[in-house]
Amino acid sequence: MTPYQDLLQFIFSGLTSGAIYSLIALGFCVVHNTMGIVNFVQVDFVTLGGMLLFSGLFSFGLPMPFALAAAIIGVTLIAMLVEWIGIRPSRSDNQLVLIFLTIGISIILRGLMKLIWGKNRMAVPPLSGEEPIRILGATIMPQAIWILVLTALAICGLVLIFRHSSIGLAMRGVAANQEAAAIVGLHTGRVKAVSFGLAGALGGLAGVLVTPITTLNYDVGVLLGLKGFAGAILGGFGSFPGAILGGVSLGLLESLTAGYLSSAYKDVVAFVVLLLILFVRPKGLLGR
Amino acid sequence: MTTRDRLTYFIYHHRTGLSVWTLALVLSLFPFYYDNPYILGITNLVAINVIVVLGLNLFIGYAGQISLGHAAFFGLGAYGSAIFTVYYHVWPWPAMALSALLVALTALVIGVPVLRLSGHYLAMATLGFNIVIYSVLVQWDEVTGGPSGFAGIPPLSIGSLLINDEFRFHYVVWGVVLVLCTLSLNLVRSGVGRGLAALAVDERVAGSLGVNSAREKVKVFILSAVFASLAGSLYAHCFCFVNPDTFGIFASLDFVIMVVVGGMGSIWGSLLGAGLLTVLPEFLDTFESVKDIIHGLILVLILLFLPQGFITGLLDLIRTNLALRRRKNVKA
Repeated sequence: MTPYQDLLQFIFSGLTSGAIYSLIALGFCVVHNTMGIVNFVQVDFVTLGGMLLFSGLFSFGLPMPFALAAAIIGVTLIAMLVEWIGIRPSRSDNQLVLIFLTIGISIILRGLMKLIWGKNRMAVPPLSGEEPIRILGATIMPQAIWILVLTALAICGLVLIFRHSSIGLAMRGVAANQEAAAIVGLHTGRVKAVSFGLAGALGGLAGVLVTPITTLNYDVGVLLGLKGFAGAILGGFGSFPGAILGGVSLGLLESLTAGYLSSAYKDVVAFVVLLLILFVRPKGLLGR
Repeated sequence: MTTRDRLTYFIYHHRTGLSVWTLALVLSLFPFYYDNPYILGITNLVAINVIVVLGLNLFIGYAGQISLGHAAFFGLGAYGSAIFTVYYHVWPWPAMALSALLVALTALVIGVPVLRLSGHYLAMATLGFNIVIYSVLVQWDEVTGGPSGFAGIPPLSIGSLLINDEFRFHYVVWGVVLVLCTLSLNLVRSGVGRGLAALAVDERVAGSLGVNSAREKVKVFILSAVFASLAGSLYAHCFCFVNPDTFGIFASLDFVIMVVVGGMGSIWGSLLGAGLLTVLPEFLDTFESVKDIIHGLILVLILLFLPQGFITGLLDLIRTNLALRRRKNVKA
């Protein structure tokens, strides 16, 4: 392996994990923009995506494309249910109380997942083949290509939804000014539920894509979700381009640190860099 | 004024001091009624958590900031004590003071840049700090013992009296709680405390009233870090063993949950929050499989129905009910 091939290999693996962080970060941003809170349930949407894919494949014997779609739709519905039962009845407008409400719900969901799927680690098969592909001297798994392609598609879809669909415009309206949006007749409650569902879909997609690479157990989403949150903050919380930029930079930073410095301290380096960037730009890279 | 009026006035006027003395009395008698080491072990753990939560409540509840990283200071205190006593053979008490001093310096260095951030950015920065400290505790195994932990920390002693059982430790740790509790109660009613409360509502208004918000925030951050460090040292000397998992981000979340459940900005709430959430898992141990679900459910229900926290929420409920009843009596 030449140094150039090494670098290419690290960049590929960084982009792959960066894509996953970006998806999760986008989910955080969607909910933050309409509701103004950090939704820590996002972390469990990731796990839930993997779990539903596993059940779809092995308990119901669905073929991969259907199981994938079913898992994402399932997480979306559960996310909307969470908003409806867990967040909407809250009478507080204190940010901290709402954030800890999502942490409480996240604890409950993790408990339920432990009850349903057990504590054991499970293996999810990749979307297609396990034969590595060689590109410019670097080897990548087909799953990594799937991750990059589907993430790109999801981002395009998100752009289309926010630019051209009426519900997307409604979400932007609520994000800009909730009272004004309610005055012109938007159903803010429904918009919030949809934004939760959208966040669930993004988290679920990240989950079904990443669990074949990692393994699957009831708290696999926690660390991934926190990295996604870190990515969203790095890019500027609430900004969609920022979430993508932040997620990808975090992924690259991690894989380059692991490759050239030390894999034991890759989290330390990633978070120290995050802190240093926040010291210089307190609102993130693209934040206002 | 009749004698009764004078007595009520006296009680009302000295309510805080009287509460502290009552608490002290109850605590000093408690081990004679419950001399079961298991129960004393749990109440000692409650006391250690109360110390962290008291400091954190000053930072979150009074100054209106957020920290998801106080377990890092807790851990630094514990490992500081462990390293000083085991490698450098410092006596436990000076080791505790030395660790607290180092933690205060760390909090100063971290606090000055971090406290310029606000809201979610502050939450992420403190969370990141905790992840960094946790990873270092796990990875730097030549010094910290790595994931398997650090054993052989000597217990505290007063003169020749070793504090090596739950009964003796009860008096030490609750003594510290009472001192810090009194300190906090006085602090929040001093000029500094009022300044912090003003800062929590609106930084710009507080600034116009002469509160140097940047400096006050750093000060209260350092104070809360020192509280956490003291609790960490006590923890290390109590169990004579520390493990990085006690100081991860979930521990930080637990501390903030204790603050929120007890009531933000309520010193007495800190005691209740820490007590409730430390004792609860012990009770739930019997329902092993649904333990997490019940734990989460209780948190969600409290936050949904008593969003100001337990003490403040209940007091508000009682006050509203009394006022309603009084109005009814007047009408009738």
